[in-house]
Amino acid sequence: MVSTEKPRQYKVVGTRPIRPDGVDKVTGRAAYGADTKAEGMLFGAVLRSPHAHAIIKSIDTSKAEALPGVKAVVTARDFGAHAGGGVVDLGETRGQANYMQDNVLANHKVLYHGHAVAGVAATDQHIAEDALALIDVQYEVLPFVIDVREAMLDTAPILLDDLRTTVRAANSTLPTDKPTNIALHMSLEKGDLEKGMAEADVIVEREFETGMFHQGYIEPQNATAFWNRDGEITVWTSTQGAFSVRDAMAALCKVPVSKIKIVPMEIGGGFGGKLGVYLEPIAALLSRKTGHPVKLWMTREAVFQATGPTSATYMRVKMGAKRDGTFTGAYAYLAYEAGAFPGSPMGAGAQCAFAPYNIPNQTVEGFDVVINGPKTAAYRAPGAPASEFAVEAVVNELAEQLEIDPIELRLRNASKEGTPNTVGQPFPRIGAVEVMDAMKSHPHYASELTGEDVGRGVAVGFWFNGGMESSSSAAVNSDGTVSLILGSTDIGGSRASLAMQLAETLGLTMDDVKPQVVDTDSVGWTHVTGGSRTTFAGGWVAYELGMQIREQMRERAAQIWEVDADKVTYGDDGAIHGPDSKTMSFAELSGQLAATGGRIAVSASLTKNTQGPAYAGHIVDLKVDRDTGKVEILRYTAIQDVGTAIHPSYVEGQIQGGVAQGIGMALNEEYIYDDEGRLRNGSFLDYRMPVANDLPMIDTVLIEVPNPGHPYGVRGVGEVPIVPPMAAIQQAIYDAIGTRFYVTPISPRRILEETMPD
Amino acid sequence: MQPVKYKRATSVAEAVSLLQGGGEFARPLAGGTDVIVQARERRRDIDLFVDIKHIPELMAISHDANGVTIGAAVPLHLVYGDAKIVSQWPAVTEAAHVIGGTAIQGRATLGGNLCNSSPAADSIPAMMVLDAVAHIAGPNGKRDVSVREFCTAPGRNVLALGEFVVSISLPKPPAGSGGAWQRFIPRNEMDIAVVNAGVWVQLDGANVTDARFALGAVAPTPIMVPAAAEALIGKPLSDATIAAAGDAAKAAAKPIDDMRGSVKQRKHLAKVLTERTLRHAIERARGQA
Repeated sequence: MVSTEKPRQYKVVGTRPIRPDGVDKVTGRAAYGADTKAEGMLFGAVLRSPHAHAIIKSIDTSKAEALPGVKAVVTARDFGAHAGGGVVDLGETRGQANYMQDNVLANHKVLYHGHAVAGVAATDQHIAEDALALIDVQYEVLPFVIDVREAMLDTAPILLDDLRTTVRAANSTLPTDKPTNIALHMSLEKGDLEKGMAEADVIVEREFETGMFHQGYIEPQNATAFWNRDGEITVWTSTQGAFSVRDAMAALCKVPVSKIKIVPMEIGGGFGGKLGVYLEPIAALLSRKTGHPVKLWMTREAVFQATGPTSATYMRVKMGAKRDGTFTGAYAYLAYEAGAFPGSPMGAGAQCAFAPYNIPNQTVEGFDVVINGPKTAAYRAPGAPASEFAVEAVVNELAEQLEIDPIELRLRNASKEGTPNTVGQPFPRIGAVEVMDAMKSHPHYASELTGEDVGRGVAVGFWFNGGMESSSSAAVNSDGTVSLILGSTDIGGSRASLAMQLAETLGLTMDDVKPQVVDTDSVGWTHVTGGSRTTFAGGWVAYELGMQIREQMRERAAQIWEVDADKVTYGDDGAIHGPDSKTMSFAELSGQLAATGGRIAVSASLTKNTQGPAYAGHIVDLKVDRDTGKVEILRYTAIQDVGTAIHPSYVEGQIQGGVAQGIGMALNEEYIYDDEGRLRNGSFLDYRMPVANDLPMIDTVLIEVPNPGHPYGVRGVGEVPIVPPMAAIQQAIYDAIGTRFYVTPISPRRILEETMPD
Repeated sequence: MQPVKYKRATSVAEAVSLLQGGGEFARPLAGGTDVIVQARERRRDIDLFVDIKHIPELMAISHDANGVTIGAAVPLHLVYGDAKIVSQWPAVTEAAHVIGGTAIQGRATLGGNLCNSSPAADSIPAMMVLDAVAHIAGPNGKRDVSVREFCTAPGRNVLALGEFVVSISLPKPPAGSGGAWQRFIPRNEMDIAVVNAGVWVQLDGANVTDARFALGAVAPTPIMVPAAAEALIGKPLSDATIAAAGDAAKAAAKPIDDMRGSVKQRKHLAKVLTERTLRHAIERARGQA
C-alpha cells in the first residue's frame, strides 16, 4: 500500500522493475567473497583465544611452521610498528587505528573469547586448520567482566591499561586520570529537567536491559589479499565500504592508500557488521610473508564470537506528563557496552531516544563501556533500538496511567518540522505526525482481538539517516544506453535504485542504464553502504550526472542543427527538441556523438547532508502460550514515512527485514556466555533468529512525505523499521498476560520463569 | 575437517568387516547429517566412513503381520511418506517431520538419530513408547536391543566395535491404542528440543489399561517415565489423572541448565508436554485424531 502526500508524476521512480543484479544472484553466477580464486592462492585459518581475558605470555609458532604445507604464520608482531591513535571513519562508526589493530590480532592480551591471536597460510584449508593446533600460546588467565554495569564498578577487572574516561557531561563525578572501563561519559541537556518533572502530574520511571544481538548476515566475513613485490596490496572482500576498508588497511598496514586496491565482491548481507576490517589485514600480512595471494574466511562460530554484535545495555528512563498528556520532562540513563574496545553506538542511541517527541525539558546521560566481549559493530540504526525500546515502553505505561490511547498520546507530543531535537537543532520536514495518523486510522488498529491470551502493542521509531559522500561516473554509449559506475556496494538493491534515478533524470527506461559496482581505483571516494544513505546520496549523484548529460546532449544537438544551444531543450520524454519542431531521440543523438566532438562521459562527487529523518510506527498482535512461554506473532503492520519509494518492492523488503530482525531481538536472540566467559551459542542453531515460518506476512504501509532536501524526495528507509518492534511486542505481551518485561529477549524461558508458580 | 577415507559396503557382512577393520575411528555413514558435520567441526574423530546406503536391507521398509521394519538408512521423508507408518505409528512420523528441515529429511534417518544418541533426539522417545527394537549386526553376529536400552550417556550407546544398526522394528499397535509425540522449541522449526515427550496409551472405554511415557532432554539419555504410567493405568481418564501423569513426568525429569533451557523451565515443560501429548494420544486411541 502506498499513499502519497503530494502526487508527482514520475515514469521510472515508483515502479518495480527487475533488479539488474537479480539473474546473476538467483542463478549463482554472482561472485561473492568466497568465490575469489587467484593464481597460486594459499588458504588461511585464524587461531582464536579460548579465554575471555588473558595475558599472552608467549607464542611459539615453530611447530606449526614446520608442518608440511604451511607457508607462514603471523601474529600481532608482524604488523611491525603499532598503529597510532588516528581515527578511521567507518561511516556509521569510527575506530581508533591502534584499537582496530589490536582487535584484528591480539597484542600481548586477549580481551574476549574468540579474539584472533595468529593467522596461518598453507597450501590447503585442512593443513591450515591442523597447524592451528600446533601453535603454542601460553596464557595467564585474568578475571573478566561481561555485564556492562559490573564493568563500570571500581572493582571491575580493567581491560585496557591506557584507557581513561573522556567526560562530556557537565556534572560528571568520574575521575579522568585513573584506569577504567568507562571510555566516555556524556550528557545532552535541553531545558530544565527539574522544572519539567515538577510540572508533571504523572511520572513513570523504569529500568531496562537489552542483550547483545548479532546482525546475522548469511555470508561470513572473508578476505583474499595479495601484497605484491612492488608493495601494492589488492584485497577482494565482501564489504559495505570498499573505501573504509582501504582507509583501515592503510592505517593498519602502514601503506599509502594509493598502493591499496579494494575489489568489492557481492555481499551476502551486512546490516552494519561489514563496515570494518577483520580478516583483510591478516590475509595481507600472510601474503606479504609468502608472496602469494591468501584467502581467509570465517566459520560461523568465529562470526558470532568475534564480529559485530550490537551493544548490550542497561538503561533507566523517567518521563513526566500532564494530565492532558503533554510531556513535560524526560530523563534517560544509557549504559552501552562497546565490547573490548571503545566505541559503542551510545551517542546515536542518546540522540534518538526522545526524537519522536517534542519534550522541552530533557537530559540524556550516556556511558560507553568496554567489556570482555567482541568489539561491537554498527547494526541497523546503531544504538536506536535499545534506547527507543526503553522510551517507548515508558510512553506506553504513561498512556495507560493517563488513560489516553497510546497513539493519541504520541500524536499530542509528536515532533514536527521546526521542533528542536535533543541537541537543539530544529527538525526539517518530517513525517512523524503522518505516520501516527496512519497508525490510528489503520484497519488493524480498529480490528477486534479475539482469543485467549492475545494482546496488541504499538510503538514508534526514529532514525536520522545518513548523507555523506558519494561518487559516480556515467558514459553515454553509442546505442543510447548509459553506463553508470558506482562506488557503493549493493546490499539492498542500490544498483536498481540508483539506475532508476538516473533513468528518471534522463527520461530513459531502467533498461537503458547499466549500473556497475567497481573497485577503489575506478571511481571516486564513496562512503559506506550504510546509514540508509546510499539511495539518498547516490541518488543525488545520479541526478547530478543526469543533469550534466542533459546539458551536454543539448549542446551536441545544437551543433548538429547549427542553432544556439539555448534554443534546444531536453524534454522529460528523453528526447532533444530544437527550433522548427526539430527533434532527436536520446538514442539517435547518442549514435552521432563521435562526430560532434566525442562521446559524453561525466562524473560527480557530492557530500550532501540534507538527508531526511525517518519515522516508523508499528502495530503488533500476538498470542502467548502461558504453559510454555512461547509467543506467536499473529499480525504485524509496519507504517513508515519513506520519503519517496524509488522501488517500492525493495522499500517493503527493507521494512519487512527490519521488522523480522526486531522481532528476533524482542523474543529469542541473545548471546549466552558460560561461567568462564565463553560464548556458548555461536551458531544459527542456538542463536535463535526467527526464520520465515516464525513470522506472519508483515504488512507494510508506505507513507510518502518527500524529503525537500533531495531531487526525488528520498529518505533512507532501511534502518528505522528495526526500532519499534521490541517496545511494540513488550506492550502486546503485557496486554496478553498482564506482565511487563523490562529485559530482552522476552524468551519463552524468561516468560515462564517470571510467570509460573514455583 | 581431518582427511577421511570413504568405503562403500554392499552387504551387512562387508559393512561389519570394514567397520571392524577400521577400528574405533570408523563410523557408518547413512545420511551423514550428524557425522559429517561432527567430522568437519572436529567434534568427533573419524578417519573412515563406511557407507551403508548401498546395502538393500538398510534401505527397505517392510510391513508384515507383526509390524514394520525400517532400514537404518531409510531417509525420514520416506518414513513419513509411508501411509501405513503414518496411520499406525503417528508418533514416529511426528518426530520424523521436525528433525531438521525438508532438505535434511531427504538424507537424515531414524537409525542415525538413534545412533547419534543425543539426550534431546527427537525420534527416540517416540520409538521408546512404541516398544521399538534395534536390530544390530556385528562381528559376533546379530542381536536385538530395545530402543529403551540403547542409549547409555550423551552421544554414547550399546554399540560395540564393529557393530552397527541394520534396522528398527515397530510392533503393530493393538486396537484401541494411540501414540503421540511433541516437543517444545522456542521457534517453529530448525531447533533442538528444550524438552520432548512421547506417549502411548491403551484404552478400554474410559479406563486406561496400559500406558508408556518417555521424555527427552531432561536427563543424560532419553528416559522412560514408569511413574506416569502407574498414575494412569487402571484408572479412569480425568483431568486429575492426566495431571497426575504430568506431575510424575515433572518429578522424573532430572534436567540440566544449559543454553537451551533451565532446570525449572524443563521440569515444567516435562509436565506440560506430557499432558498435551497424552491428550493427543487419547484422541488417537479413541479414533478421533
